[in-house]
Amino acid sequence: MIGSGFLYAVAGVVFAIFALLSAMDVEHSRRWGNAAFYGLIALSFLGGDRIGDVGNGVLVLGLVAIAGFGWMGRSTRPPTAAVEREANAAKYGNRLFVPALLIPATALIGTLLFRQFPDLVDPKQVTLVALTMGVIAALAICYIWLRPRPATPFVEGVRLMDSVGWAAVLPQMLASLGAVFALSGVGEVVGRIAGHAIPDGSLVGAVLVYAIGMAAFTMVMGNAFAAFPVMLAGIGMPLLIRRFGGDPAVVAAIGMLAGFCGTLMTPMAANFNLVPAALLDLKDQSAVIKAQVPTALALLAVNTILLYWLGFR
Amino acid sequence: MLVLAGIAVIAAGFLLRFNPLLVVAVSAAVTGLAAGLDPVAILAAFGKAFNSSRYITLVYIVLPVIGLLERHGLQERARALVAGLKGARVGRLLIGYLLFRQLTAALGLNSIAGPAQTVRPLVAPMAEAAAERQGVPPGGDAIPAMAAATDNIGLFFGEDIFIAIGSILLMKGILEGYGIAIQPLHLSLWAIPTAVAALLIHGGRLWWLDRRLARPR
Repeated sequence: MIGSGFLYAVAGVVFAIFALLSAMDVEHSRRWGNAAFYGLIALSFLGGDRIGDVGNGVLVLGLVAIAGFGWMGRSTRPPTAAVEREANAAKYGNRLFVPALLIPATALIGTLLFRQFPDLVDPKQVTLVALTMGVIAALAICYIWLRPRPATPFVEGVRLMDSVGWAAVLPQMLASLGAVFALSGVGEVVGRIAGHAIPDGSLVGAVLVYAIGMAAFTMVMGNAFAAFPVMLAGIGMPLLIRRFGGDPAVVAAIGMLAGFCGTLMTPMAANFNLVPAALLDLKDQSAVIKAQVPTALALLAVNTILLYWLGFR
Repeated sequence: MLVLAGIAVIAAGFLLRFNPLLVVAVSAAVTGLAAGLDPVAILAAFGKAFNSSRYITLVYIVLPVIGLLERHGLQERARALVAGLKGARVGRLLIGYLLFRQLTAALGLNSIAGPAQTVRPLVAPMAEAAAERQGVPPGGDAIPAMAAATDNIGLFFGEDIFIAIGSILLMKGILEGYGIAIQPLHLSLWAIPTAVAALLIHGGRLWWLDRRLARPR
């Protein structure tokens, strides 16, 4: 069955090539830091299931050390000149969109198609499997049509990867931090404190603390998935649902969406907020967050009102 | 109470501008130790969760294709395409993308687009080209940042309408832990009002952007 094994094998190979190309970039003053970082990610993808939990923990410590000591930097390989890109754009025309659009198109068609074959493709991974196949197909077409040197796509890829840098693994780190928080019972403690902060018998107060707390805790954790169990245990279940008789489906669903408003406003959600700024070469690292804050605050207010309105009819 | 020290570590570490990976690792260690966990147990719990969340980092496999196409002029082509369209407006373009992203995410297709797959190679250059026609000087952060923001907002407030997305399954699982059985469809229906509000609020901001740019300066 095609599932996570296939996905992680492809990703492992791509990161291994990134590591190799970084190591071979002799002009690059921090090449060994980059090579080791990508190498460890490759190892995680290829061997993560075999090195045990402690082994994975040590692997993470390696990533943290490389990033924490500032051993990573950007590749010094010169980018393609703008003149040359303009000339290429004129030469290849709108056909350049075909491989780029092939990736989302394959993901779309593959998702719909593979759902019919649950024995062939792991139903939990259909979109990621289809996306990966789209990438492989697009790469194959590019090799045949554009005839680059074998390493060229990966040299270009590693340049983009360098602009993302250590932020690539921050979301995975935060998910893991959430696991340690859960193990340590942080949720219960936060819930107890939040429970004390609400005036006795105030439904409006409880709704406000729940919705705003969900957004605020998401901002700290960078991830609404980590905030949700904490806020539900602390306020959602004992007060909103049990005490005030709120509809559990509304309390859960809109609470989660209030958390998503927090995700839009925090640099800890690196994959959504910092990585795009890096990929787009923005001068201001927080430009994406700044563009999102007005929408996020307005939506948080809407969610709070919706929760009060729909949850307690 | 002591276990909350980890949250303080995150806040302080971020304000003092330490590397976030380092801050997260220290926070995990402090939290675990405060809860009386064995250091090796903390390391194992962290490693286990890291290993089972690898799928988040998978998306970077698109970078070689995108990088190669950009070398051959993909961004320039995306710009030229929009620059040649008469009615192209940055706000209008991004409203269309917002709608596309919300609808596809609501069908569970949340990885078909994203910062690496679509925003950098296609949406941001198109938005910039349209904005330049409306008199925005090239090279600023505001327009590409708005393109990335629109991608996030479309994704976040579309995906929860799909019944098999991670967050819906998480909610279902946690509520079951409290003895409350809820169908995923029931949860996803309650995501629709917020999705509509997101379209109106963010779409309104984009519409206003076009209005502002149309004013004579």
